[in-house]
Amino acid sequence: MDKILDKIRKANLVGRGGAGFSVAKKWSAVAEALADKEVGGRKCYVVCNAAEGEPGLTKDGYILENYAEKVIAGLKIAIDFFLAEKGYLFLNYSYNKKYNKKLAALIKDSAIEIFVKPIQSGYVGGEESAVLNAIEGKRIEPRLKPPFPVTAGLWGCPTLVNNVETFYNISLVNSGQYDNKRFYDIAGDCPYEGVYELPASFTIEKTLKQTKNYPSFHFFVLVGGDMSGEALNSRQLKRPVEGAGSITIYSLAKNNYKKIIAGWLDFFIDESCGQCTPCREGIYRLREIFLAEKADWTLFNNLLDNLADTSFCALGSSVVIPIKSFMENVLPEMEAKSKAM
Amino acid sequence: MSKKIKINLNGKGISCQSGKTIMQVARENGVIIPGLCQHDDFPVKANCRICVVEISGCKNLVTSCSTEVCDGLIIRTDTARVKRSRNLNIELIFAEHIERCPTCIRRFNCALLELADKHKIEITTFKDRKSKRKIYKFANAVEIDGSQCIDCRNCVEACNTLQKINYLELRGKGITQEVVPVTERDGFALINKRKKKSDCIYCGQCALYCPVSAAQEQAHWSLVEKALKNKSKILVAQFAPSIRVSIGEEFGAKGGEVMTGQVVAALKKLGFNYVFDVNFGADITTMVEAEELIGRMKEFRLGLPSPSLKTGVMENGLPMFTSCCPAWIKYVEFFRPDLIPKLTTARSPQIHSAGIIKTYWAEKMKIKPKNIMVVSIMPCTAKKFEASRRELKIGGNWPVDYCLTTRELVYLIKKNRIDFMDLKPLPADNPLGAASGAAVIYGASGGVMESALRTAEYLTQTAQDSVCRSFTKAEKLKTKFCNSRIKFKEVRGLAGVKRAELMMGDKKFRVAVVNGIGNIKSALDNLRDYDYIEVMACPDGCIGGGGQPIPTTAAIRKKRLEALYKIDAKSKIRRAHDNKEAVEVLRWFKTKGKLENQVLYTKYKKRS
Repeated sequence: MDKILDKIRKANLVGRGGAGFSVAKKWSAVAEALADKEVGGRKCYVVCNAAEGEPGLTKDGYILENYAEKVIAGLKIAIDFFLAEKGYLFLNYSYNKKYNKKLAALIKDSAIEIFVKPIQSGYVGGEESAVLNAIEGKRIEPRLKPPFPVTAGLWGCPTLVNNVETFYNISLVNSGQYDNKRFYDIAGDCPYEGVYELPASFTIEKTLKQTKNYPSFHFFVLVGGDMSGEALNSRQLKRPVEGAGSITIYSLAKNNYKKIIAGWLDFFIDESCGQCTPCREGIYRLREIFLAEKADWTLFNNLLDNLADTSFCALGSSVVIPIKSFMENVLPEMEAKSKAM
Repeated sequence: MSKKIKINLNGKGISCQSGKTIMQVARENGVIIPGLCQHDDFPVKANCRICVVEISGCKNLVTSCSTEVCDGLIIRTDTARVKRSRNLNIELIFAEHIERCPTCIRRFNCALLELADKHKIEITTFKDRKSKRKIYKFANAVEIDGSQCIDCRNCVEACNTLQKINYLELRGKGITQEVVPVTERDGFALINKRKKKSDCIYCGQCALYCPVSAAQEQAHWSLVEKALKNKSKILVAQFAPSIRVSIGEEFGAKGGEVMTGQVVAALKKLGFNYVFDVNFGADITTMVEAEELIGRMKEFRLGLPSPSLKTGVMENGLPMFTSCCPAWIKYVEFFRPDLIPKLTTARSPQIHSAGIIKTYWAEKMKIKPKNIMVVSIMPCTAKKFEASRRELKIGGNWPVDYCLTTRELVYLIKKNRIDFMDLKPLPADNPLGAASGAAVIYGASGGVMESALRTAEYLTQTAQDSVCRSFTKAEKLKTKFCNSRIKFKEVRGLAGVKRAELMMGDKKFRVAVVNGIGNIKSALDNLRDYDYIEVMACPDGCIGGGGQPIPTTAAIRKKRLEALYKIDAKSKIRRAHDNKEAVEVLRWFKTKGKLENQVLYTKYKKRS
């Protein structure tokens, strides 16, 4: 049975939920927690996270649409490997609506149960410990870590939480079909929006060219998340896509950058769970300063640094990425262009 | 297993025990890391993010309240980066909290102002965000002011996890998040999750755990201040047993110092004409309650009450519950009205004491009851609600006119610049001054039970049903040799539920003490196993009451508790029925017909 873990290790699988954590490490951590004799025998749970709460992202839905049986197979492999009590398929509302019938047929007579993500739980409701809270019927928000879900997840038991794409990859690895591809979610100002399965080693530029989406106009991209990704200018595309595998293209001529940033801030204000001060209060103040007639940029930057440094969970620190990278990578270029004109 | 490890704190090598948090180790080594959401009684939440520190090799700052030390850890609490984040987070929190400093009773003990002062915080960097938030008032006892709330969630923890009342709920998320009472739940479609109805029991634990007094008692000090100024009435103050061992903390005394004389002196200095010790009232309560207990036991054994078909418990019979905790009374009236017949009909010490002041003492002093104003100083917020119960009125007069918490008294003392620690101790006024040691332990969980048992055992051994009976010479001789117990150690201590089996005469007698309303379930589930049950809604009893000084933690409560038992041990008389003046008062009431009932007993009603 240890074979599957070896295969995962050899394939160098990384989690496709966005954080890019090594799958083998996560699995080993769960296995170690279960083997911990001091704590005594404990149950174990496996959760497939299909919350996909970031607007614009659709690759998990695409996978469920086209490869549901592989995802379920991956989930079953994990359940068998850990001798898990139960597996949860954590679906957002619309995926449940679309795919419930098909998935229900696939999980028949297995230890897998569908859990529908509560409607109002939003973006943060997809964070892995928030997912656990949702399943346990608690307030949906990230938990204090440590302990991490791998050692104390559902009802205090070791719990493996992996993304839809990760489970898909696990089933491929198991059957020897994995060939180092990943799903790219391409959206924005481009002709062929959609989800593409391409080699994981592709650069952003190559991915855009391959899909005939490389713009002929001045643009920037947001990579690795449709809200929380990194903003890059057209000279920075010779690197692979990180995070959730998304590339969103923004035409510089078409978009007002103030609106884009204000939109990001609005989104994160709405989606903050409200637990910690730097996120709950900080983002609200970021918008206040950003929209003020005379913005205090020193304070703005301090708030951003503070958010990255002290927020409770990754959502808080992820707010900083698009804004800071935009200021660094895109804004100077825009200003240079407008001077030249 | 905890082991010795070495860490580096601000450039200094330190050896410490593993398993502790950075904040704890720093505190032990004289480095105070500020924090608002952390409380020793609760699990760490780490949501205020003020206690952040820098650790070598860590990408982000970490919260010192939640991070455990490990060998070789290099910690800095004073870098520019730490200061920036700490100060910014404090400033952000300030913008959540509308300052009502001029009338706020936490003014002299305010965590936020202290932080601002210590770290030179600009408290107006951001505009107030919550000015339009509601103030929720619960009867006349407790309130939660949303415009002062800093979202630490301690109140929710206190209400739902500690007390298990589930009256407070955190609604909304992000900046719309708000602590609301559950009665405000309307308009929410709850799928498959109909929660049980709940109501506030006024215990005030939310206020005790709130770091910024967004949850607090409904303050009545200004009304008392007015009364003290215009002096149109005889002003009588009475103070509860547990105040004397807690109030000193607010003035820099060590925990558990006994300050009875200073409390009397301070109240006199504030302008009260007379100051009475509620201990006297507690002796009255003990005797009235013990007599009732003996009466119920007799009836029960004669087979008078019949078991109710529904609950299987005896109507009017046993177990009998204590009733001096007003939060517990509200709990019964709201959540378990079927248990109302089980509550002793004895009034509480506060009401006994005030009732006696306005009848017995008034007659003795030839003052019209209407011209007396009684102000209670209580460790409790629910006592405010008790004082406003109509059924307690005596001949049209309220027994208690105003009821202040320990914190309100402290505020008045500080506001009037009275140097509390320098006051010359004064004795409380007679004839209501003297009391037994059984009275003072009312302030601790198990105390009411122990006091009642001391007297009940005496009544059983001497085969009486009233402490008021006078004896013949032969009988007197016999009672001299009655060696009823004084110490009932089995009902003392900090356990959540204390159970014991005693002998009452030749009969087995089973008791339970519920220490904190959060522990009530096991007692209520096993009513048939007990004959007498004491319930105190607050952890460890009144010494942990919702009106006590802040902070109150398990360690602080322990000190207060020990102090109370020390007073008892040193008392000349230990049993309520040995308090001759108190027995005298009871005898006086026996001659007064209806008045006896009006002053000594009460009834309860179902609330929904």
